[in-house]
Amino acid sequence: MSIAVREFAERGADLELVGIQKRFPGFTAIEELDLVIPAGSFFALLGPSGCGKTTTLRLVAGLEEPTRGRILIGGKDVTDTKSHERPVNTVFQSYALFPHMTIIENVAFGLKRRRMADPLGKAHEALKLVELDHVAQRKPQQLSGGQQQRVALARAIVNRPALLLLDEPLGALDLKLRRQMQLELKTIQEEVGLTFLHVTHDQEEAMTMADTVAVMNKGAIEQMGAPEELYELPRTSFVANFLGQSNLFTGEVVGTTGTAITVAAAGGRIVVPTSRAQRHQGEVTVGVRPEKVALHVDEPAASSDRNVLGPGRIVDVSFSGVSTQYLVEVAGAGTVVVFAQNMGFGPVADVGTDVWLSWAVDHGFGLEDEPSEVGRFPSDDSTRSIAVQRREALVSELEEH
Amino acid sequence: MAFAAFATAEAQPQAPKKKSRIALFLLLPGIAYLVLFFLAPLISLVLTSLQAPREFGDIGQFDYAFNWQNYVTVIQQYLPHIARSFGYALAATVLALLFSYPLAYFIGVKARRWPLLQSLMLVLVIAPFFISFLLRTLAWKQILSDESIIISSLKALSLMAPDAHFTGTPFAVIFGLTYNFIPFMTLPLYTTLERLDTRYLEAGSDLYANPFTVFRKITVPLSMPGIVAGTLLTFIPAAGDYVNASRDFLGGPDTQMMGNVIEANFLVLLNYPAAAALSIILMAAILVLVGIYVKRSGTEDLL
Ligand SMILES: Nc1ncnc2c1ncn2[C@@H]1O[C@H](COP(=O)(O)OP(=O)(O)O)[C@@H](O)[C@H]1O
Ligand SMILES: [Mg+2]
Repeated sequence: MSIAVREFAERGADLELVGIQKRFPGFTAIEELDLVIPAGSFFALLGPSGCGKTTTLRLVAGLEEPTRGRILIGGKDVTDTKSHERPVNTVFQSYALFPHMTIIENVAFGLKRRRMADPLGKAHEALKLVELDHVAQRKPQQLSGGQQQRVALARAIVNRPALLLLDEPLGALDLKLRRQMQLELKTIQEEVGLTFLHVTHDQEEAMTMADTVAVMNKGAIEQMGAPEELYELPRTSFVANFLGQSNLFTGEVVGTTGTAITVAAAGGRIVVPTSRAQRHQGEVTVGVRPEKVALHVDEPAASSDRNVLGPGRIVDVSFSGVSTQYLVEVAGAGTVVVFAQNMGFGPVADVGTDVWLSWAVDHGFGLEDEPSEVGRFPSDDSTRSIAVQRREALVSELEEH
Repeated sequence: MAFAAFATAEAQPQAPKKKSRIALFLLLPGIAYLVLFFLAPLISLVLTSLQAPREFGDIGQFDYAFNWQNYVTVIQQYLPHIARSFGYALAATVLALLFSYPLAYFIGVKARRWPLLQSLMLVLVIAPFFISFLLRTLAWKQILSDESIIISSLKALSLMAPDAHFTGTPFAVIFGLTYNFIPFMTLPLYTTLERLDTRYLEAGSDLYANPFTVFRKITVPLSMPGIVAGTLLTFIPAAGDYVNASRDFLGGPDTQMMGNVIEANFLVLLNYPAAAALSIILMAAILVLVGIYVKRSGTEDLL
C-alpha cells in the first residue's frame, strides 16, 4: 500500500483522463474521453441515463480497466494501480452498504483498513455530519433509502480521499432533503478542499453545485465549462436542449460582417455575433433561450441590435407564479417558447393574440450541429435521440394545454 | 434537524400476534409424522439404553430397568471411538470446506458470465450421486490398495515405505469421508455464493481493503449461511458414518468410529443397551456441538 493512501489527503488531487476508451463485449460505453479536473474543484458530469457516467467513475475508482488510455490522479499514473491502492472513494449509485455490518462498522471500514487512529470516533463524527448518529448501531436494511444514501456518503467522506466520486448520490432523496444535502456537500467540499467528481442526470443539481459541468452524451463529452457559460453559450443542440430549453432555428448564412452572421431562418433574418457562433457559413442552427425572448403586442421598430420575429399567434399561456410561459406559433419558425417574468399582475397577453418576438443579438448563439430528427423507431441507446424525444414530448405536452 | 424528523418517521413492521387455527390444522400431518417416526423410536431408544441384562438369561436378553450405568460403561469403554468420530468428522469437514469453497466460488461467482459452464460444473459436482456411495467407496479401496498402481508407484519412488499401507489408516478414512461429503458441502456453498452481490466486494476494494481482506471481511461473512449449512450437512452425517471407517472399506482395526461400534454392539455382540446408549450419546453430543457452533457463527439472522 502506498504512503499516500495511509493518511488523510491534505487537499484534493487533480484528475486527468487521457484518451480513455472502454469497450464491453459488443458495446462501446466510452468512445474517446479526455478530461482534466483541477484539484479542489467541484466537477459535475451531467448526462442522460446510459451515457457512460457510471462507467467513467468505475474507471477512475479502478473497478474497471480502460480498453485504451491513461488515468492520472495528482499527476501520478494510476492506470495499473489496484482500486484499493487508489486515493479515491466512491459513493455508489446502489449505496452498496455492507449488510452484515452495523452502520458505524460500515462507516469505520475504510479507516480501519488504513489503520487510522480512533476509527470509531471519526466514524461517529461523519455520521453526525449527515445527522444519522442515532442509527449507528442499526443494520443498513433497517434504514430508509434516503438514510442509506447519507450513510454511503458518510462512509466515503470519512476517509477524506483526495478525490471523491459521487454517483448520483442524492437520487433517492426528496426535494427538500436534496437541496439541503446539496448545500451540505458543497460546504464539505469547500471546507476540506477535496476534489469532487459528481455524476448526475439532474441538470439543476449539476448547475447549482458544480464549478465546472461537463455534459456527456453517448460516451463522449459534448461540452465542458462553468454552468453559466454552458447555459449561455451551448455549442451543440444536445447541450442546448439537455441543459434548460432552447428555441432553435436552422437556415442558410446569407450575410457576414466582421462581427456578426445573418441567417435566413424562421421566415426572416436572425443575426448572431460571430464570436457566439460555432460555424459561419452554409446551413447553420442558431438559437436563443426562452427567457431572453421578449413579447410585443405591437410590431417593434427594427433595430440593428435586436432580432425580431413575427407576427405570431399565442397558442398557449401557462402561468407558474414567478414567470409565465407562452407558446407562440410563428410562420416558418414553428413553436417558439417564451418565458416572461411576472413584473405586473398575471399574463400580459392571452391565447390567440398576435404578437411579435424580439431578443438582443448578443443573446443568440450558433450551434456546431443541427437538431437531429427522431426516427420512426428511435433507438433508446442513442442519448441524442433520447434528448430529442424528451424535447418533442415536452413540446407536445405543452401544446396539449 | 430536518433529518431527525425524517429518521423517526420510519415504522417497525409488527408481526401478527394472532395464531391461526388453520395453521395448526395444516401442521397436523407433519406433527403426526414426527411423533410416529421420530419421537416413538427415540423413546424406544432411550428405554433400550437403560435396560439391564436378564438374570440367568442368554446373550442378547435384556429387561427394562433404569440401568444408567450403561452410559458410564460405554463412555469408559469407547472413549477413543467417540473422540475419533468427532476428530475424523471435524478433519473431513475442514478438508471438504477447503476444497469446496474455491470450487463453489468459481461456479457461483466467476462462472456467472458463462451459464453453460456453470451448469456443466454443477452436474459434475452432483454426478457421483448417480452411483451408490458404497460402490464408490469400494472403488477407492481398490484404487488405494497396496497392489494398486498409485501405491506401488509411490513405493517404487520411495515416497512410501515398502511395508506401509494407505487403506486402514486414519488418512484413508478421513479421505473417504471428505470425498463422500464434498457435494453436501459444495451445493449449499454454491447457492449462497451464487447470490453474492459483487458490488459489496467492489465497495470493499474502494474502501482500501486488499483482496484478502475483502474475502475475510465481506465474502466470508456474506456466505456464512452456506458455510454453516454445508459444514452441518457434512459434520453431522460424518460423525455417525460407519462405512468409510469399516474394515470392509477404507478403515482398519485402529480406525473404528462410533458408527462401527454401534453396529458391532447391535449386530455382533447383541448388546442392545450399549448400542442404544452410544447412539444417544452421539446424538446429544452432536446437538450440543451444533448448537454452540450455530450460536457462535452468529448466523441466526442470516439463516
Ligand atoms: N459490464 C457491462 N457490460 C456491457 N455493457 C455495459 C456494462 N456496464 C455498462 N454497460 C453499458 O454501458 C453503457 C453506459 O452505462 P453506465 O456508465 O452505467 O451509464 P450511466 O451511469 O450514464 O447511466 C450502458 O449502455 C450500459 O448498458
Ligand atoms: Mg449510472
